[in-house]
Order: sequence, then structure tokens, then C-alpha cells
Amino acid sequence: MDVRDKLAILADAAKYDASCASSGSKATRAGSKIGSTEGMGICHSYTPDGRCISLLKVLLTNYCIYDCQYCVNRISSDTPRARFSVDEVVSLTIEFYKRNYIEGLFLSSGIIQTSDYTMEQLISVAKKLRTDEHYGGYIHLKTIPNASQALIQEAGLWADRLSVNIELPTEGDLQKLAPEKKKPQIVDAMQGIRQKIDETKDDQNAGLHPPNFAPAGQSTQMIVGATDTPDVEILKTASQLYDGQNLRRVYYSAYSPIPHADARLPGQSPPLVREHRLYQADWLMRFYGFDASEIVAEADQNLSLEIDPKLAWALANRHFFPVDVNRASREELLRIPGIGARSVKRILGIRRHKHVRVEDLKKLRVAWNRAKYFVLTADHNPELANLDKADLRRRAQPKPKQLMLFDTRQSALSGEV
Amino acid sequence: MRFVKVQTFDQWRTEARRLLLSDVPPEQVAWMADDEQLSLFDSNGDAELPATQAAFTVPKAFLELAKTVACHRAGTRWSLLYRTLWRLMHGERHLLQIPTDEDVDALMTMRKAVTRDVHKMKAFVRFRKVVDSDGREVYVAWHRPDHRIVRLAAPFFSRRFRGMHWSILTPDESVTWDQTSLQYGPGVPVSDAPDEDALEELWKTYYASIFNPARVKVDTMKREMPVRHWPTLPETSLIADLLHTAPERVAAMVDQNEGFAETATHYMPERIDLQSLRAAVVGCQACDLHQHATQPVFGEGPPDARIVLVGEQPGDREDVDGRPFVGPAGKLLDEALRRAGIRRSDVYLTNVVKHFKFTEPPTSRGKRRLHQKPNAREVFACRPWLEAELTLIQPVAILCLGATPSQALFGRDFQVSKHRGEIRATDWCHCTMATWHPAAILRMPDQHRRTEMQQQLVDDLRHIHQTRPPN
Repeated sequence: MDVRDKLAILADAAKYDASCASSGSKATRAGSKIGSTEGMGICHSYTPDGRCISLLKVLLTNYCIYDCQYCVNRISSDTPRARFSVDEVVSLTIEFYKRNYIEGLFLSSGIIQTSDYTMEQLISVAKKLRTDEHYGGYIHLKTIPNASQALIQEAGLWADRLSVNIELPTEGDLQKLAPEKKKPQIVDAMQGIRQKIDETKDDQNAGLHPPNFAPAGQSTQMIVGATDTPDVEILKTASQLYDGQNLRRVYYSAYSPIPHADARLPGQSPPLVREHRLYQADWLMRFYGFDASEIVAEADQNLSLEIDPKLAWALANRHFFPVDVNRASREELLRIPGIGARSVKRILGIRRHKHVRVEDLKKLRVAWNRAKYFVLTADHNPELANLDKADLRRRAQPKPKQLMLFDTRQSALSGEV
Repeated sequence: MRFVKVQTFDQWRTEARRLLLSDVPPEQVAWMADDEQLSLFDSNGDAELPATQAAFTVPKAFLELAKTVACHRAGTRWSLLYRTLWRLMHGERHLLQIPTDEDVDALMTMRKAVTRDVHKMKAFVRFRKVVDSDGREVYVAWHRPDHRIVRLAAPFFSRRFRGMHWSILTPDESVTWDQTSLQYGPGVPVSDAPDEDALEELWKTYYASIFNPARVKVDTMKREMPVRHWPTLPETSLIADLLHTAPERVAAMVDQNEGFAETATHYMPERIDLQSLRAAVVGCQACDLHQHATQPVFGEGPPDARIVLVGEQPGDREDVDGRPFVGPAGKLLDEALRRAGIRRSDVYLTNVVKHFKFTEPPTSRGKRRLHQKPNAREVFACRPWLEAELTLIQPVAILCLGATPSQALFGRDFQVSKHRGEIRATDWCHCTMATWHPAAILRMPDQHRRTEMQQQLVDDLRHIHQTRPPN
């Protein structure tokens, strides 16, 4: 099997990984000759599924001794198998990078022999790129479940970002679908990374020059829809991870039909819009001051598929409105449906110099269709009269067909609501 | 009316400064686009304006904005910038903080277009490796930006590709990096770009493989990767074909939705001992193999055996007799056991898969049942039986015969040819080893090699026979 055949198999096997970000490392590593990281990620290409290609996203191997049912690479699947050598991945990364095809490498792997052995292989790829090739581009290493803490620490020296997959939202889900993975071990691994990142930062703040440790932080991925765990539980888990482990990102990946799928899984994938709503809710928690427990307004503890979570919250909390755009605090402005964080910042800037009127909001390109029922402006806003009407939900709700236009990948990047 | 012709930001700044100091309002200035000719009655006005050094300060944010907007291709940019500058200097110091103002909005829109174009240049430049006349590796790209942004984007490439010699060619301007400094030169037509790079085949392979045919979103792709950039992006030649074959690939994915609803665990007896397991396996329907096989073949041997030998699955004879290792391969195994000094009745013999899997191709001599290798799903569905056997017996040593049992216990990438005879610990036994399957020895055409493999089987048996339990 030549490199091209392997690449076809091992890129295919990696494409169910949601994480695509190449951002977060603000400074290029000292001594690099090829490659840079300047904070912002770049999408170098787009595939016809609308997703961006930023990183060379491959598995070192898709052989695996585990049997996680949602995973195409589980031991009981008949998928074709391949294994890259360390040098092959190093060379592919460098050659792709030099032609400006990619921002860097995302490397994960099935588990071969033992977790530690596999982790060592991933580390050697990153180490070789940094030391032999003087490579300064982005590296995201996926840590292997149950790998030793010492190895994870070493990985952090060479990688920009580390991730430990939480996989499923609850411990019960893990027992059911990924029996070899245990939540305490997963959380321990994250905890270890967090501590090391904090130590490194403390040293830097004290004026020392500690070695790099995962400067772009850590992230995780959760499969959604493979079990019937409701959104409120998913968001609580995410919230705990943001607060407790200081994660940069939680990626939600709608369980989607995979080749060689296990018949024990639900036959249907969840609607893509659910993934989109989770990203929106995630955004509300991180940038809009919402709490995990207040976002889900629906009785079945799932986010509404028809309307975005901010609008749903507003409809359930009408006493909070109207919000006076000329007087309200930043926190209050952030709760208005249809007005994003960027518009809030602009409103705050404008109102120091002039009164904000309906026309100004429209010029800021807020989603006026949603915002109009909830805001008090300097001039008369006739739509406010509908705030207490019973059919407000129907009025504010976008046309059903528009929902199909939502691109969940896009919301993974922006989460704008 | 004054007519002013500028091409670069620095020229504009000089002119704007002069005009502002002379108190010339924006309505009285006509900023000429680069390719416009001065007409006969234009007066350039230089002579009339004082070349004064009088100082005034412009908000820093405006200068930054102006530098970027200056790269926009629209002819209106110079007049828009001057008008905004004029207003800033005439009582509207905070103008830039009012994004709803028409001029500010227009400037912001232009800035956005330019920064987006710079971003797209960083993304879409595709270098091709060529060897220059001095035998050096040089990376060359041809790119067509929307605006005149080569100088805005070039420093980024010099930081990123510091250790390479590279050139980026565009129709307006070109730039070269020799690992120390950036040199700018004239624009270059696309015909001067290098034709190909062998690596592009690998890149296309990656592009095609990372595409998920279950989600097609062409509009999103085109919005982010505008079609006008496609000619310089090698991967885009695949798009039409990827879209064309996507529906059939999804159909194939649905067809391959395989795996069994349950495993042998579902058929386990309440009481777990070898006898009740043997009785329960008769009812096992966890995979489809029970439909064609005569009967399941369970393990055989003393419940306190020190050694367990694990084969792949029963063969034709075993299927009929209901006992493991009684066919031709069994004979060979018996002989090897005898030579290793082990009594067959002392070891426990079993298989990973308990039912015979076969095909019946019609041949000239009538139907013959030919052994077929069990697939991963069948192995997975059946494995709980073997696990129960191993848990009950707790052997001192396990010997896996052939690839199927070895991979079931060591992992899918285990290769018998590489790791035969090595002792490893597994979840079931401290001492687990893999060796040849006797059937593989029987099938070996080379006589010399066959004898050698036979000897290795004997050696491996002897080796595990001598293993002592850990303290």
C-alpha cells in the first residue's frame, strides 16, 4: 500500500472529527523556519459539503482495539485498515504546508497495542516536525484515552492544542456505547492538561520562560444523538468543562450515518439543526452571559428546533423586555434576540454620541425581524405593541424553509445568534 | 475644482495634507483614478498650495483604516477618504465611532472587502515547487486577488515561509522572498506560472477523502471559496465529479450499515460453567452463521487446563463431528503436540468463532464446502463465548493459532508473521502467544518452509508448556 492509498483511508477515517480550528496560538515558536501561528486560523479550501479544510486531518492508524459503537474504526467494523509510519505523516505535513495547502496537522489515532504505545507514536510525529523540520505551524494532537499523564505532558510540549474526547455527555452513555472509556479517567486527563497550562501561564506571568505547553489550550468533542440524553444535560456537561477545565471549545458532533455502522445504534441520525442549536446555546453560555440551566426552555429539556435558543429564552421571559437600547447595560443588550455581541459593542459606541433609533439598528444589520418586538428606541417602535400578544412566537419565528439554510459547520465557527 | 491624481496611499496622504492645510473642501477636489488622463483645462494646483509643514493630528484609527482602504480597487476611495478626513477635522472628531454614518459605512465596507481579500490570499495561494537555474528549490504561486493587496499580504508569507525561496505572482504586482528580504516587481500574466507539481495528486486525494458525501452544501462552499479563485486551486478540478458520485456513495454507506443487533452475551446461560455454556451455545443466533452450519462446535478439554489453544473456527469435519480439531489440521496439531511432549487431553482446545463459515462453489466434482474467513462482525458477535471460556479456565498460557484469534486477543493490527512466538500479557492471561494455524502449514506449498513452520509450531507449544504461573 503506498502513501496515497493510506492517505485515502486515514483521511476518510478522520473526517468524522468535528474539530477544525487552527486558531489560538498567538506567537510562532522560536527558531521555526517553516510555519507560523499568529492567533487566527485560516481555511485553505472548502469541500462540497461546505466544510473548511484548515488542517491535514488524519489518523496515524485506524486499527483499533476498542469497540466504541458510534465509531467507524471500532474493532468490530469491517472498514479497510491502514497505518502510516511516523515519517510518512511528517513528510506529508511538511510538503502540504510548504505549498500553502494547510495551516497544520490534526493527528489522532485508533489504539494499537496499548494506549501508551499509540500516544508515543503521536508524540514522535509532533516532536520530529518541531525538532528535525523546524516546523512552527499548528499541531493539534488528540490524546489517546487512558494514556499516561507523563505522555500527555510531553505531547503538550510539541502541540499547540491538545484534546481529550469526552465522547458522550453522561457516564451512563459511556457505559452503554464506549465501555472501555471511563468518565473519571477522561476528566483526569483534562485536569492534568489544565494544571500544566496554568503552571506554564503562572511561570510566564512571573517573568520566567517556561517551555511551551499547548499554547492554544484544549478542546473536546461530544457525540450528540447516539443516545437519548437531552440537551439540558449536554449543556450542563459542556458548562462544567468550560468552568472546571477551562476548555477553549466543546465540539458537538451529530451522530451521522457512518459506513459499517453498528446496528445497535439508533437507525436515524438527529436533525442537523440540533447540532446547530447546541452551538448557538454554547455561544450563549460563553459570550452572552447565559447559564446552562436557563437556556433550555422547552418542557422536554431539549432546545427548540424551530427557533434559536435566545429567542426561545426571550419568549419565556417576556417580563425582561422591552430593553431600552439607549440605557440598558451591556449584559441586558446581549439578551435581545437578533442582536449579536458585535452589534452590542457598536450600539454602546454610537450611543455615546447620539440617540439610537430604529433606523440605526437596521443599518447595523441586526436581525430586525426578531429584535423588533423586544427593543425600546429613541423614536417610536410600533412593533413593541406585539410583545405581550399571544401569537408572538408565531410572528417572531422564521419561515420553516429558512431553517434548511442553516449551516451547522458555520455555526461551529461563529455561533452567532 | 482641483484635479489630483494619486496611485498610492503615501501619495494620497501628501496630497490630502496639502489640500487640508489650504482649507480646500472635499466638494472642490476631483480625485482621479490611476488610468485617467488629466484633461487640458485641469490645473494640478501644486503651485497654488503652500508646502507648509504646519502640524495637525489625525486619529490613528483613521490612518490605519485609510491604509487598508487605499488598496481597494474602487475609484471612489480617494475622495471618500478625503471627505471623511475633512469631516474628522471639522467638528466630527468621533465620526469613526458612528458606523451608521454613510461615509463611515462605505469605508468599513471597503475595508472589509480588502481584509477579506488579504485573508483569501493567505488561504488560496498555492505554491508549486520548481528548480531554478542555480539548482535551488523555489516555490512559485500565481494568484489573482480582487484588490491591490500584494504588499499587505506579503509580510505574512515572509514570516510563514521564512526558510524557503518563494515568489507570488499576480497581475498587478509580484513579490519574491530570498530568505532575507521581500522584493516587489511588476505584474505577471498567468501564462508565466509554473504548470504543475507532482504533489498535487496527493493533495487531491486528501481533498476527495475528507469530503463527506452525506452532507452536500455547494452554496456554502462557493460563498467561502468563490468560483473566480478556482482556476488556481488544483483541488477544485475534482468538485464536479465528487458531487456527481455523492448520491451513490451515500447509498453505498446506507447499504453497508451492518453489524448484528446483539452479541453472544444475549444467549449466555444464567449459570456460567463450561457445561451450561456448551448447552447454551446451541441456541446462539447472534450472527448469521448458525443458519448454514450443522452445529456449533464448543471448546473441549479439562476445565482446569493449564494451556488453552484457540483456533479460528471449526472446519468441514469439525462441523459434522461437533468437536474441535478433528480434521486434517487437527491431525497436524496432534502430531505437533506429541512432538512437544504435550498430551492432547491435558489442553483445552477451542475456536474464536463457534460455527463453520463456508462457500459452496459448484465444481466439476460436485459441491464442496470451502472454508471462508469469518469477518470482524462475526468474530465480535461470537467472542463472548471465548471470553467466558477463558474466564472460567484461567489458563497459565494461551496459544493463538493463526491471525483471527491473535487479532481478536491482541488487536486488529497484530501480524502473526512478525510477532509469532512472542509472549505478551493480555486481559485473559499473563502469557499469551501467537503461532501458525496448522491449516496454514498444510496450505504452504514450499516443502522446506512447511517443515520449518511445523518446527516453529512445535517450539512454540514447548515454550508455553514450560511457562510457569506468575507468583
